[in-house]
This record gives sequence, structure tokens and C-alpha cells, in this order.
Amino acid sequence: MVLSVNGIKHEVSADPDVALLTVLRNDLDLTGSKYGCGVGACGACTVLINGNPTRSCITRIDSLAGKEITTIEGLEKNGRLHPVQEAFLTIDAFQCSYCAPGMVLSAAALLNTNPSPSEDAIAKAMNGNVCRCGTYPYIVKAIKLASKSSK
Amino acid sequence: MENPSFILTRRKFLKLTGGGLVVAFVLKDLLSFADETLPSGPAAIPTGEVGAWIHIGEDGLISVYTGKVEFGQNIRTSLSQIVAEELKAPLSSIKMVMGDTDLVPYDAGTFGSRTTPQMGTQLRKAAATARQALIEMAAKSWNTTTACLSVENGMVVHCETHQTIGYGALTKGQQILRTISDNVPVIPAKDWKVAGKTAPKVDGRSFITGKHAYVSDMKVPDMLYGKVLRAPSYNAKLVAVDLAKAKGMSGVTVVRDEDFIGVVAPDVVTAGKALQLIDAQWQEEKDQPATADIFDYLVKNTTREEGAGDKNGDVEAGLAGADFRHSQTYHVNYIAHVPLETRAALAGWSDGKLTVWTGTQRPFGVQEELARVFKLNKEKIRVIVPDTGSGYGGKHSGEAAIEAARLAKAAGKPVKIVWTREEEFTWAYFRPAGVIEVAAGVKKDGTITSWKFTNYNSGSPGMDTQYKTVNKQVTHIPSKTPLRQGSYRALAATGNVFARESHMTDLARGIKMDSLAFRLKNLEDDRFKAVLQAAARAFGWDKPKAPGHGYGIAGAFEKGGHIATCAEVLVNEDKEVKILRITQAFECGAIVNPHHLENQIMGAIIQGLGGALFEKIDFAAGKILNASLAAYRVPRFGDVPKIEVVLIDRKDLPSAGAGEAGIVGVAPAVRNAILDASGTGIATLPMIPNGTLR
Repeated sequence: MVLSVNGIKHEVSADPDVALLTVLRNDLDLTGSKYGCGVGACGACTVLINGNPTRSCITRIDSLAGKEITTIEGLEKNGRLHPVQEAFLTIDAFQCSYCAPGMVLSAAALLNTNPSPSEDAIAKAMNGNVCRCGTYPYIVKAIKLASKSSK
Repeated sequence: MENPSFILTRRKFLKLTGGGLVVAFVLKDLLSFADETLPSGPAAIPTGEVGAWIHIGEDGLISVYTGKVEFGQNIRTSLSQIVAEELKAPLSSIKMVMGDTDLVPYDAGTFGSRTTPQMGTQLRKAAATARQALIEMAAKSWNTTTACLSVENGMVVHCETHQTIGYGALTKGQQILRTISDNVPVIPAKDWKVAGKTAPKVDGRSFITGKHAYVSDMKVPDMLYGKVLRAPSYNAKLVAVDLAKAKGMSGVTVVRDEDFIGVVAPDVVTAGKALQLIDAQWQEEKDQPATADIFDYLVKNTTREEGAGDKNGDVEAGLAGADFRHSQTYHVNYIAHVPLETRAALAGWSDGKLTVWTGTQRPFGVQEELARVFKLNKEKIRVIVPDTGSGYGGKHSGEAAIEAARLAKAAGKPVKIVWTREEEFTWAYFRPAGVIEVAAGVKKDGTITSWKFTNYNSGSPGMDTQYKTVNKQVTHIPSKTPLRQGSYRALAATGNVFARESHMTDLARGIKMDSLAFRLKNLEDDRFKAVLQAAARAFGWDKPKAPGHGYGIAGAFEKGGHIATCAEVLVNEDKEVKILRITQAFECGAIVNPHHLENQIMGAIIQGLGGALFEKIDFAAGKILNASLAAYRVPRFGDVPKIEVVLIDRKDLPSAGAGEAGIVGVAPAVRNAILDASGTGIATLPMIPNGTLR
């Protein structure tokens, strides 16, 4: 089947029930999306599907015909970081950073639907993304910064 | 005098670097690692080790070689700052070469909050020696004395002529090796310009763009994917196995070596299918301890009658002379590290040499494990650790490395293994469960007359009381453990400090004394007192609280880090507990990077909340019953209360580590706040798995 990832169409030969994360990482070499739990409970594998944050580890590829998939690799435009990425860099939020791609995409999706979320709204929207290093307060700070800079 | 291992490394080193200036730090004092509980026993440190080295190349690039690894502590940044400071060179000219056994000197591992006090000190001295050597080289080149020469911005500068020469130009065509040991003058913390200031994470951009390749992301030509057959429960014996169907799959290699069975395939989906086609019959051992009876089991199954510990005076006599006596048994459950990147390894064999990329905190320890398994000389094994998706003490061992190497050997091609989350939960190791009995007595004026503390199984770190006590008996008694256990951030100190600080508050309440005043009365350590006072001040310890609200305080010093934590909780009429805010003061000597230190302390508080409130491994009959992130609860955004971190910068004191101590205060501070609000003194970690006191 054909998957549209970051604006590029890819012919994919994997079985229809294979998880999108597996195809991204192993067939398309897009390893920015991470495996963390395999059950959609940690958010490390988050991608955007038609702009909606989605757990790619529990998303079968046969559900994705005609849909646009955005991974962390597709967020940079012409060498310019997305405002959320800029904000994360400015705040210097992360420790091991393994959760970072999923955090960035979940945050970008949040700001698309709610350009200036409250701290509670951020916590609610981001609750499916785990940072085991516990950098949550800095992530909230970065999202607030991004919401201001995107105004 | 040079020792044999150093001659070897020098030869290796000059081969690696070609030329330039090399300064190597030779360890003189061998430091004891005896208090670390390693899954495979304590690492031996050979005598006369080279600890670290710095190379200044003809291009002016300063390469720092250390066996430490980056797991998110941001030491790639802080160690760079330390070297940049001593060499007065731009941060961008420093390149850290870390955790590659072919390139870096031996290191026991990245654990125990030792990077900053030990490696930081070594690198500071090596860089200071390099600075001195560069000044001498410039003096020779300009035919002058060193008196008027100084360094700045990667150059040596003449104070009168204002002539300058870059480090690269100075080392051009040179092959100089210097060793140092002690007593090199270093720049005092009060004069730091680069160290002591916030610097952003090195390579930060590659992480937030997803470009950084963790081991689990790596791919090399001809690489295959491996999976390992796991037993259905601990101690299960393989009775019969049919490999025919898996072997029949195109491109699949099945490897069997006694009970080890693995598959290798050109892609990960095929490897998974091949594994499922293996028909294995196991004989399971049903009669194994379960969560429900673990504490009883640990007390009844001690492995030594008399454990290690400390004894002073007479605890019985002390207890008899007390005005208030209090005994309590505290319980600590097994918890899991849950590093977001599971264990992963990529192994390849070439001309009898094995190269393994894996995320381990002990690259040289894993090299030794591999040498044992494959009966190879260590020189034939290279372990490389790219910056890894965290560990928290949970990645000391080399399981995935051994598995990938076995499969790669059989397949004749490089093989990558990435553990599933279920495998990580089941086949790694846990923070030990423990039972802690405390019996103590106190006089009305707050004098502690007796302190008896016995820890079953979870460990001795942080066990000794830090308060004045004439009569004390502190003992650790090891037990048989049904689950594999090992290091975890702060080791047993989290449980031991929970018991001690809970008990201290109970004693204070027993004699109707303020629990901060009671601690201060019984403390001699000024740094401990200072953090308690700083936390209490920032928190507003003396301020009145609303009905249903409670305040709690706790503190300790661990591994050079002094910490005090205050918590405010609300317990409502339905006995639901809400953690409202936490204030934590922390002091670890001179601060190297304030933002990264604050981040580390913040992270420790939040990780600590998990083990304090709800994290717990549930097991029975040799199976982990919650081996999934859908079942095992870790702290999330919604669990984070308002947190204030107060850092005390002691520029007059050497920098200590900060990775661990920050976690020990959360549980007792919250527990004491719940007690203050509700009258209920919880004695088990986790305290409120379902969020209520019911």
C-alpha cells in the first residue's frame, strides 16, 4: 500500500496489520518516532495523522490510506525548526530526550487546536506522553513559551 | 613510573590521535565501590589506572576521553564546561568521547553520583595541566618565561606584546604526552566563567529533531533483527521444543544453545513471526513468593544471621530511659526503573573481533561479561555506548549485548535486538523490596536516647542515622529475593530515609515538639541544617494551613548531596489525598550548571513521587503481573504538583554529584504531611496506590 509521510508517498510492502511505528522505523528509516511501550500508553511513538496526535505503535497501516502522516522528521521546514522545537531548545527541557519527539508532536498538535492553553489544559493534553526523567515542568514551560511565540 | 596498562594505552592513544598534546590523569587513590549493589558483583578496579585523558589536536579541537556515559544526566555538557573553564577555551571546541572501550580509559561505570566529584575532578586537573603545558610551549616558542603568559579563548596571550598563539598552532607537529596526578592548581569556583553558569545541553538540537541515533535506532549494512524466546515464568525449565516451523521460514536463522533460543530475520516483523512459530513446552515452578507475602518472606528467608551494621552504646538501656518510645515496621515494594528506551544492542563480528553498541551504564563491565560468555580476551571486544534513553541505575548489565552477540555469531551478520517493554519489565532487575524495623526512644526535651534500625533485604545505603544518638544499633540483613534485584537511583537510601524520617516525625509528635525544631536540635551537620532551614523558609513552614491540609518535612545527605523536602497535602472527607506542593532545597557544593542541576533535582522529585505514591511491581508464581505501561503506573503530567527547587551554591566546597540524593526526601515529606493532615501514619511504599487512605 501507499503511505504518505511528511509529504512523500512511499510504496510499502508490509502486511496490513503491521503497526505504523514498525514501518516508519524499519522500512522507511524514520527512527525519530520511538518505541516505548507498544500499547499506546507512553506517547514516545506519537505522530500526527491529518494533524491529530496518534500513537503509531497501535495504529495499523491499513487504516492510513489517503491520510497524511507527519513524523518528527517532517516538522523542520527548510532547515527551520518548528516553534515548539525552538521553545524546547530555549527552555532546555530534556534529560535523556528519548521522549522528546513524541512530546514535540503532541505539543505541536495541541497548539494547533488551542493556541494559548492554560497549564491545566497542557497537562491534560499531554498526559499520554511519559517523560521518565520527570522533566514535565520544563515541558509545560516550553509549550507556554511556544504558545506565546506563535502568536 | 609508568605501569604496564598505561604503556599500552599510550601506544593505543598515539595511534589514535597521531600527534598533538595529550594529558592523562593517572588515578592514585583507588576508590571503594563496595556500597554499590551490582547485579553481577562489584567491579574490580585494576591498580594504577588512567582515569581520563585530554587531547589537544593541531586543529585546536580539544577531545576529552572518559569512560562515563550520557544517559540524560547532561554530563556531556557539565564535563565540557569543566574542561573549557580550565583551558579557557570555547565550549564549542570541546568534544567529549565517552563510553567506547576501544577509545577511552577503563571506568567502573556511571553510577553512584560519582561523575562530577571524581571524573569532574580528574578532568579539571588534566585540563589545568594541559593549560600549564601550553603556556610552557608558548614560552619556549617565543623564547620568554611563563611569568607573563596567560590563556584566553583557546589561545596563549603575552601580557606585554599582546602576541597570541592558538592551541592548535602550539601543538602542531608535536607528540607530547604528559601525566598528572595531584596538586595541580585549578581555578577556584568563585572565579569560574564557564563552569558554574547555565550552558545548554550539548547536541540538544539533534535530540529534539529526532536525529540522534540511540542504539535502538541504529542500522548497519547487512544488519538482521533478533528476538529471544522467553520462559513463561521465572525458573521455568524447557521440556521440549519444536523449531521446525520457524526454521522453515525464508531468511530466518534459529539459534539454540541449551535453554537459549533465538531467531534472526531480515526484518523485525519476520523475526516476531518466527518467534511465535516456536512451539516450546515449559515446566513451570508454581510455588514461588507473591506480592501478597513478600514482606513475610524476606524476614523469614534471611541469608545471614547477623548483618553488617553499626553499634554504639546500649539501645535497650537507652529505650528504658526514654519518655516516649515508638516502634514501627516499614515496608518497601519492588519497583521498576522503566527507562523509556528499553534495553537494546547491535552486535557484529569481524575477524574474530566483536563490536557491540549497547546502552549500558557500565561499558567495561559489559565488555567483561562478553569476554566471559565468549571466552575472548577483552581486547577483542569493543563496547560502544551512544547517548542512551536513560537508566536510573537499571542498565548496569549486558543482557541484550550478550543476546545480540550470540545471534550475530550464529548468523554471521550483525544483529540488532530491542527488548519489548514486557521483556524490560520481566527480565531486567528491580529496586529491592525491603522490611525496615525501627524502635526508638526520646526524652521530653527532644534528646534521642535510643535508635534501633534493622533493614531486611533492601540494602544498607542511607541506613545510618544522621542525627545525634548515643545508643544506636543499625543493621542490614540480606534475604533471598524472589525477583532479580539491583541498583536503582539512590539505592536503598530512598526506603531507609523514608523509614528514618517518618520515624523522626513520629518521635517529634510523641513529645509535642515541632518536627523541624526536633531535627535541628539533633543535628550536628551544618550543611544538613542549612538545607532544612532553606526549604522551610521557602515553603513557609510556620505559616498557618487550611483545614484538611497538612505539612511534612524530611531531609538527608547522600553522596555529597544535602537535601531537605517540604510537602503540603490535602486530605478531604472522602480520604482522598492530593499532593499540593513540594519545596526542596538542595546543596552539593559548587554548582557546575545551575539549570541542569535544577532539572536533575526536579526530575528526582517527580520520579520519587512514583515510588512514594503508586509504583509497585505485582507478581505471583514467577510472573510479573503488571509488565506493561498500561498496568504499571509512572508519574505523568497530571501527577505533578507545584514544585519549587531551592539550590544553594557553595562555591567554597567541592562539587558533589546530584543524580541521586534528590529522590530521597519526597516519600517521607509527603508521608509526614499526610500524617499531619489526617493523623494516619503510612508505613508502606507506595503509600496510596489508589489515591486514598481507605
